[in-house]
Amino acid sequence: MSARTLPLLFLNLGGEMLYILDQRLRAQSIPGDKARKVMNDIITTMFNKKFMEELFKPQELYSKKALRTVYDRLAHASIMRLNQASMDKLYDLMTMAFKYQVLLCPRPKDILLVTFNHLDAIKDFIRDAPGILNQVDETFRQLTETYSCLSAGEFQLIRQTLLIFFQDMHIRVSIFLKDKVQNSNGRFVLPISGPVPWGTEVPGLIRMFNHNGDEVKRTEFTTGGNYVLPQREGSFDLYGDRVLKLGTNMYSVSRPVETHMSGSSKNLASHAKENIVPNPLAKEELNFLARLLGGLEIQKPGGSETGFRLNLFTTDEEEENAALTRPEELSYKVINIEATQEPGRRAELSRIMGELEVAEPRPGSAGKGEELLALMDGL
Amino acid sequence: MAAATSGMYRKEKSIQLKSSSAALYNNLSVLPLPGRQLTCFSTVHGPSLSMVTADGLGFSHRQLQAKEGGMTVSTSLLTQAAWCVLPSRVLLVLTSQKGIQMYESDGSIMVYWHALDVTEHPPAQAVFARGIAAAGGRFICVGTSSGLVLVFDIPPKGTNIMVSEVLERHCDAITDIAAELGQAPDGAGDLVTADDAGTLCVWSTGEEFALLSKIPAFGCTCSSVKLWNGIVAAGYGNGQIRLYEATTGLLRAEVNAHARWIYALDLAPQTGKVWLAVLGHPTPAAHQPGVWQPADGQAGAASLPQHTALPPPRHPSGLPVPMASVPLPLQLLSGAEDSFVHVWKLSRNLDTDDVEVSLCSSSPQWGAWGRLVVLQGIAALWGHSTGAALSSVLSLW
Repeated sequence: MSARTLPLLFLNLGGEMLYILDQRLRAQSIPGDKARKVMNDIITTMFNKKFMEELFKPQELYSKKALRTVYDRLAHASIMRLNQASMDKLYDLMTMAFKYQVLLCPRPKDILLVTFNHLDAIKDFIRDAPGILNQVDETFRQLTETYSCLSAGEFQLIRQTLLIFFQDMHIRVSIFLKDKVQNSNGRFVLPISGPVPWGTEVPGLIRMFNHNGDEVKRTEFTTGGNYVLPQREGSFDLYGDRVLKLGTNMYSVSRPVETHMSGSSKNLASHAKENIVPNPLAKEELNFLARLLGGLEIQKPGGSETGFRLNLFTTDEEEENAALTRPEELSYKVINIEATQEPGRRAELSRIMGELEVAEPRPGSAGKGEELLALMDGL
Repeated sequence: MAAATSGMYRKEKSIQLKSSSAALYNNLSVLPLPGRQLTCFSTVHGPSLSMVTADGLGFSHRQLQAKEGGMTVSTSLLTQAAWCVLPSRVLLVLTSQKGIQMYESDGSIMVYWHALDVTEHPPAQAVFARGIAAAGGRFICVGTSSGLVLVFDIPPKGTNIMVSEVLERHCDAITDIAAELGQAPDGAGDLVTADDAGTLCVWSTGEEFALLSKIPAFGCTCSSVKLWNGIVAAGYGNGQIRLYEATTGLLRAEVNAHARWIYALDLAPQTGKVWLAVLGHPTPAAHQPGVWQPADGQAGAASLPQHTALPPPRHPSGLPVPMASVPLPLQLLSGAEDSFVHVWKLSRNLDTDDVEVSLCSSSPQWGAWGRLVVLQGIAALWGHSTGAALSSVLSLW
């Protein structure tokens, strides 16, 4: 609904992806220089100027599948590879984390603070690479320019658009379960204590006025909640204390990345429908991807750099098992894109695909133009 | 200090919806059909509408895929659905990103489709319709994201529906529209419109609508609004409820009601029993609208009117009871993102004419697994003779 949602969605999901990758790179003891290269390459690609320009154009959100393709590309922007099962898990974790953050944002405008938390952390990842730092600061400026003049109502619309995007996703995440912010059916827990949002009063006061506008009576009430006033507002400046903890890195050595891949609730009707009904937006989505990916400049790995595979699971066996047992309803499979019919679009995609080099040659592919489609079909 | 308890209401069984409801304001509409001992309610999710019909014994579910201007599958999101009760007919109105659709009350036949003019909106602004109310016994008013309120003239039957007027007093997206549910005092308006900025406009309806008063914003979105006997009840994004005189726009009461954004309000006159409908959270088994029934022997329980338009209460003979005879006190329900449902008692001091507000009862909403849920919609039902009250618990999406 809101045409200003995509930059926030992309940057926050990207931020979560980097938190998870950083944690797994350490867990898998990838040598420091390789790990840093991966992080720098991905961040450089994410904040590419042309890419950001496309992102910030007012546009509707596309499907989860379309967005997933972008992250697939992004995760492979360097010498690192991920198998399907690990990529699925990565995407699940990213989306559930951001869904949680959106849901628990005290004010709709606080989504911006969540985004700034992610960007602050990203700047910390690349603190030794000042060139990329500029790109991230530039994105900060663009965010401020785009969002600082939006009203609370418009932010609420963005929030509602995001919640509709994430609706019916109820994957359980171990860290959330442990912290008791998610319950065992996958729903998030809503606290009824703590600070109220900035600009809201603690509930309890009723004031009544006469026809002259004078206050004539005041009463108080209590409810089951236990709220307090917040100490200060988070900073929306380039540097500052955001106050809000949502969007900061919740993973660490002692809190590793895990998910339970249990099937979500029985409410699969809408999910199943999404997979079966031919997507009338398929053409638009491909155009969107072409434009977005066209802006992605993928680094070609240098001759001396050898790639490696990152596993989101603790063992290879676990990863294989996860791939086999992933519930059907959680599959990101894409059904039949008809855009192959359009020769003009195929040529355009061929050109873009030609510019995107993947580390390993794809065996027996029919033509570059179909690689993007193949990529999506393989999801 | 008055402590509020939930002793006034007893939660009954829950009704499952087939899909969760979307995170949107006022996302619950109720149509009681007392003559047929049925109650229907509906909520939007994506491009479709979930409808549940309750007959006191069981529930039947339907899903209505909104059709947009002839396409068989809609790709735009619904923002709201409401039954509009007019003297001669009941229409089901759906608003979406593309426009406004009107169906016969069971959703079977589309009688009218109005596409929104995208060029009216500045580029990069979201385009959608939102805010639905029946007004003046003859019109259906629908708001748009550009701040316009479209007034549709509805004939007693048939599809010859026309836009009779466009009201242009709001500069921000319309959030909610409410018609006078009781009897407006002389000179008071019978329609109130609210917008994203928090501005409220009070109108008198008719061949030509007239703006009677404009209540200025104070920096918060007004997401839900109700009008009763010349009092405007408005729920805001900062959790406040404010009551205004409709004629003058004067603020009469201000309540720091909730810790989060208010999503829905509804009103009930204090005659007969109260049934509360609250749209709720999907639990692992299903999406559970919960049923609240007043505890037995409670004095002063009230019937809650339908969410958007009020069908007049009917005598057993079927004739409507005149609403004018129902004065304050009445009950106001509020629901917000903090998961609380509050029931407030509103009354008028006859000597001073001051409005008095107090909390009757309150409780956070719990999903079936003991977790708090977020309130999305509230609707009250007129004295339902079967005694089955309907409420749906709000969902945490």
